[in-house]
Amino acid sequence: MLINFFLTLRKYKVPVTLRELMDLLEALRLRIVYANIDDFYLLSRTCLVKDEKNYDKFDRAFSAYFKGLEDLHGMLESLIPDEWLRREFEKTLTPEELEKIKSLGGLEKLIEAFQKAREEEEARQAKEAKEGKEGKEGQEGDDPEQKGKKGAGGLGQGKKKKAKKVWDERQYKNLDDSVELGTRNIKIALRRLRKFARTGKEEELDMKGTIRATADNGGMLDIRMQPERKNTVKVLCFFDIGGSMDAHVKICEELFSATRTEFKHLESFYFHNFIYESVWKDNRRRMNERLPTFEILNKYAHDYKVVFVGDATMAPYEITHAGGSVEHWNEEPGAVWMSRFTHLYDKIVWINPTPQETWEYSNSVAMTRELVNGKMYPLTIRGLEESMSALTK
Amino acid sequence: MIFDSTATYISTDELSMAVDAAVKLERPLLVKGEPGTGKTLLAEEIANSLGMELIQWHIKSTTKAQQGLYEYDAVTRLRDSQLGDERVKDIRNYIKKGKLWQAFESDKRVVLLIDEIDKADIEFPNDLLQELDRMEFFVYETAETIKAKQRPVVVITSNNEKELPDAFLRRCFFHYINFPDRETMQAIVDVHYPEIKKELVKEAMDIFFDVRKVPGLKKKPSTSELIDWLKLLMADDIPDEILTNRDPSKAIPPLYGALVKNEQDVHLLERLAFMNRRNSRG
Repeated sequence: MLINFFLTLRKYKVPVTLRELMDLLEALRLRIVYANIDDFYLLSRTCLVKDEKNYDKFDRAFSAYFKGLEDLHGMLESLIPDEWLRREFEKTLTPEELEKIKSLGGLEKLIEAFQKAREEEEARQAKEAKEGKEGKEGQEGDDPEQKGKKGAGGLGQGKKKKAKKVWDERQYKNLDDSVELGTRNIKIALRRLRKFARTGKEEELDMKGTIRATADNGGMLDIRMQPERKNTVKVLCFFDIGGSMDAHVKICEELFSATRTEFKHLESFYFHNFIYESVWKDNRRRMNERLPTFEILNKYAHDYKVVFVGDATMAPYEITHAGGSVEHWNEEPGAVWMSRFTHLYDKIVWINPTPQETWEYSNSVAMTRELVNGKMYPLTIRGLEESMSALTK
Repeated sequence: MIFDSTATYISTDELSMAVDAAVKLERPLLVKGEPGTGKTLLAEEIANSLGMELIQWHIKSTTKAQQGLYEYDAVTRLRDSQLGDERVKDIRNYIKKGKLWQAFESDKRVVLLIDEIDKADIEFPNDLLQELDRMEFFVYETAETIKAKQRPVVVITSNNEKELPDAFLRRCFFHYINFPDRETMQAIVDVHYPEIKKELVKEAMDIFFDVRKVPGLKKKPSTSELIDWLKLLMADDIPDEILTNRDPSKAIPPLYGALVKNEQDVHLLERLAFMNRRNSRG
């Protein structure tokens, strides 16, 4: 039971395993929900989804599965042959009613007329819907009339008009981690980065401190701990600034500055389009106060982790040629500078705010990606997460 | 084959083969697979099947290989010595035996489960190489060598969070537990929840026709609610082509068959379909 449902969820990449299916079956066995699809939606979501980033995928899978089930409805109806139904129906009628039907030409005729009237009704509704889309003018006047007609004929609505279901509302679309970062999910992104920072701290016995404290304590043991030395996180950030990057940089900056308190050492710099022989710290002073890249390479040791943020979108010659930079004459090509970085620092990632699907269509993006050994990640929650784990591995 | 599906665990042929080989050749068995595929459960089932005791060592991120062997509690000994406790004289009092030690000194052969080995430090598997190979280790504090009386059956599970070192991999047999295919899944569900579908379907029909009440249910489900519910319960029995095929007449025999298979009382079903039709036209 529910195996197809389970497989549909996996098709939509909701990470469910047998454990969760068993939990759901147990819940059904305990009759936690009963004969109510909305409740079943909530129950199955509780049992099967363990992270809000999967809520949207779950909604889509659920919707797809139940659309398939809706088609069953017609089949259930046609399960019973018409003949049988009519006989049953007749059994429920009183003698007077039977007489009346005979006078109207028999049950057959009645049903035919009923069908025909219903078909006409449906056709008219369809036509109205079409007209309604094209022009609203005649609509208002007609409506009450239509409603009246429906009431009098006693015809039911052939089409079922369901209220929009919870899972079709897609209210969790934003939490899907493959969607681009925006102010709303910046909090979630922050949480992921903070995890990165805290992987740096661990406790170990501080021998010297313990001995001193014990001695001061008159010989009674007094244990002191200290954070493990080797794991504090140090980060260098380089932001591409100017032109197309401005909109993206703000978000990234907010992100990193919010985590500034978490990182032991965080230094950030700006560059334009690609990395050359100098960078700057204050964008207003970019013409006057520049820092030579060599200084940075010398000052910050190889155990710093380096993050580049940029769209890597430029003419290819800006990377490969001396003098390729659009702002100034650079003695050495950008690619040479980047190789200096990759030689010195073990952990480098490049975060790209443009959508990942477009990367292969841009030469410069492909080149940049290769220069950082494939470690280019999109500016989404998942991309951030992956880049952070690439930095910590 | 010494290990096979049991009443509570469905094992594929490949898995049974891997376990067989590992047990007979006395090599550790490394098991990987997606979470939820039954890796940890496997060790329990192997222990049950072979009638052996199961020793479980659940690895954490702070676990060190030494902890599996033994721990020397120096701090307590220091404190005791300040208090003048007699126990201080014998260092053996402060050696706490780890899981491997327990497994080695057992008189009968045991199953040792090292669970989630990839959680620990990257060097952790390498630190256990000699112990796993020769099944012995040296205790510095007491200058004795602990050797396994019987080689335990070692089952190691990994979630694939880290790459395991080659030297370690070479010493183990490896098996990847695939995500179960549909038949296996159905078999697993049947093992744990036999007859659940039949029960729920019959109950739904009974409640609807007021043959009985479900405790705690405030109102009877409506016809359309009940139809939706039945569809959900029985969707698996209806082949996909039928579901997507728009021609209802083709659907009748299999649907009817599916419904009848799950509900002995055909009359109840027909009544339901009739009421449904009546309601949607009313």
